[in-house]
Amino acid sequence: MTNINPETLSCPLPIMDHDTIQLSHGAGGRLSADLIDKIFLPRFGNETLDKLEDQATLELPGKKLAFSTDSFVVDPIFFPGGNIGELAINGTVNDVCMCGANPLYISASFILEEGLPMEDLHRIVLSMEEAAKNAGIRIVTGDTKVVNKGNCDKIFINTTGLGIVPDGVNISASNLQIGDKIILSGTIADHGMAVMTSREGLSFQTQVKSDTVALNSLVEEMLNVTKGIQAMRDPTRGGVAATLNEFARSSKIGIQIDGDQIPVKPEVHGACEVLGIDPLYVANEGKLIAVVPDNRAEEILSVMHQHPHGKDAAIIGVVVEDHPEIVTIKTGLGVNRILDMPVGEQLPRIC
Amino acid sequence: MCLGIPGKVIEIFDENGLKMGKIDYSGSINKACLEYVPEIEIGQYTVVHAGFGISILDEEEAKKSLKIWEEFADSAAQEGVDILGNPLDEDQ
Amino acid sequence: MKYLDEFRDPVLAKKIVAEINATVTRPWVIMEICGGQTHSIIRNGIDQVLAKEIELVHGPGCPVCVTPLEIIDKAIEIASRPDVIFTSFGDMLRVPGSKKDLFMVKSEGGDVRTVYSPLEAVEIARNNPDKEVVFFAVGFETTAPGNSMAIYTAAKERLTNFSELVSHVLVPPAMEALLSSPDNRVQGYLAAGHVCTVMGLEEYIPIAQKYHVPIVATGFEPIDILEGILLVVKQLEEGRCDVENQYLRSVKLKGNIPAQNIIQKVYKVTNRKWRGIGEIPRSGLSIREEYIDFDAEKKFSVGDINTMESDLCISGEILQGLKKPHECPAFGKECTPTHPLGATMVSAEGACAAYYKYQRLR
Repeated sequence: MTNINPETLSCPLPIMDHDTIQLSHGAGGRLSADLIDKIFLPRFGNETLDKLEDQATLELPGKKLAFSTDSFVVDPIFFPGGNIGELAINGTVNDVCMCGANPLYISASFILEEGLPMEDLHRIVLSMEEAAKNAGIRIVTGDTKVVNKGNCDKIFINTTGLGIVPDGVNISASNLQIGDKIILSGTIADHGMAVMTSREGLSFQTQVKSDTVALNSLVEEMLNVTKGIQAMRDPTRGGVAATLNEFARSSKIGIQIDGDQIPVKPEVHGACEVLGIDPLYVANEGKLIAVVPDNRAEEILSVMHQHPHGKDAAIIGVVVEDHPEIVTIKTGLGVNRILDMPVGEQLPRIC
Repeated sequence: MCLGIPGKVIEIFDENGLKMGKIDYSGSINKACLEYVPEIEIGQYTVVHAGFGISILDEEEAKKSLKIWEEFADSAAQEGVDILGNPLDEDQ
Repeated sequence: MKYLDEFRDPVLAKKIVAEINATVTRPWVIMEICGGQTHSIIRNGIDQVLAKEIELVHGPGCPVCVTPLEIIDKAIEIASRPDVIFTSFGDMLRVPGSKKDLFMVKSEGGDVRTVYSPLEAVEIARNNPDKEVVFFAVGFETTAPGNSMAIYTAAKERLTNFSELVSHVLVPPAMEALLSSPDNRVQGYLAAGHVCTVMGLEEYIPIAQKYHVPIVATGFEPIDILEGILLVVKQLEEGRCDVENQYLRSVKLKGNIPAQNIIQKVYKVTNRKWRGIGEIPRSGLSIREEYIDFDAEKKFSVGDINTMESDLCISGEILQGLKKPHECPAFGKECTPTHPLGATMVSAEGACAAYYKYQRLR
């Protein structure tokens, strides 16, 4: 039998930095944050951008504007529960309204791959029309470019939204106070798992549907209870885990989550188990996480329960003094463990 | 290692000469190769690893192993203590 | 019975914890071989509720972690070729080779695809007859039935454009290597439930007797792992060294015979290097002569790539259970999941990654 001498054991050199852009740079985890911190902020930084909110809030004479842009690339472009078009409308509406703003106008820019079936484009445009109508927002400007076949994947859409922030509303990821309650508006991981299980090569006969929906009417109801909502974000790429970590870091405060309170649909849970993916890291497109003062939490929750997009809302945790900038989650055995930022893309695994 | 997840066989079919099945994981359905569990029937559960069923789950054994603990807990609870003999509190 | 939630019941789990802690009278070192169990232990906080006498050490049970550097380099070499579609389980894409990882090959234009089942790689080969389709066949005994079936099927269909880069490892020889090491601290094993599902329990009996260690085949849910620990602790306290089966609902004494048959048809036992441990005799599988046309190492002539591993991190000692991740000076500093120094930080299942993700509170 081999004698093992630990002194001779070795392991690989690090790949310290990437010379080229990797998919993980766009996955909403640590590498995305790296890219922003090291490449974009040092050159573009200013007091508005530096806040790293999902939208810029801008003071204009007599009005406070919320302004947000987002590009949409998704494979496949049609997935169970939606398509890239409604995603592009809902995603930007949600980014605008997460600061409490009432979204009014949106732009739509298309990058189309040569050869894209006209019928596909038409279907996408129809669902954008419908999504805009449902969100009560108008598409007021746009652009189209066509690139050579192979230079983009069928269709990329950029949307930019504009809204007005009501007086007295000041929602920011840096506002968290000890004792605040964390509310999640519904089941998690629906969108990410709908897209992943419909991808070629995973052979799912999927039952999982994307949750893509505009949340501005829900936000309006919540603000009717109190304008004192501290922080609010839609947990898209990187999932609930990324959003909670962003909150903890921006506010330099700890967050404690109770794992049992987080709603996950059984079929989504099943797909996550099979592929070895943690639903807390999976993207949502119709959910929000709000941090609210303890004494208004129940009231806000009951209003959310009346709304179709908030009927499964739950209080999932609390803001704490301990472990600043760290999010913990309570396990079934009653132990708290760290819920970290995701590293990169979520990949199906075998072990 | 080896992520293996129990799923229920809801359909059995042949694909490229291999015995395959549709497996239901709490509502998410995926296919798996059932060549290694040739006697499996619709309605039974299999542990699936990397798209292959590797065992037929034994319901009797599963129930037995849970029952031991449940009975243990129940009989202790009847006496108002946990299985260590400590008074029952928050757990119940 | 859905075989999942039932085995996650926190009330039952607490009962078993109480029983373990009432049974233990002395310090014991128990190794869980399987990285899946490591993950479940840390994710559920099992190590934090056990009596301090019980020390759980995390074994080399993650094929991603133990795949040697030179195989990763071979994979990268093959995947970089323009005529190749390189398919792999998602786990392997982030493992660093000596210069880059498979993700970077992809970003440089290589056709690298994630598959969930090896049969999907065969399907890709069927659909792309003008391309060479290579599947990165890593894994323990659990994955071998699927990976061997891929070659078996491709051979039946004469799919000459399919091949595998094989780096299969076997668990019992590694368990024995650890026990025979002069630094060994392991007194009892939780054997990997899914490996045992495929291979059965018989090969563990001589190991348990020779080294006088209890070995308990154990499942992956919290109730399973706690029950496995309880069975090992009972044996240790009573001075027994038997092979026992906690994971009765899946593991049978003889294992899965049809699976073993296909493995033996396609693969043969061979010596293998383990990353961080070194070569262990008869601890791996390679492709048999009859199926040599499906061996990517031969097909792409990468057999002579030899990479020496550097000596910057202690993943070897961690894989052997000699040290805990947080005892490494680089842990959480130079070495994080974004910039892994060693394989145990790369794999989501690796002991270092699991510690980093779940345990920095301490």
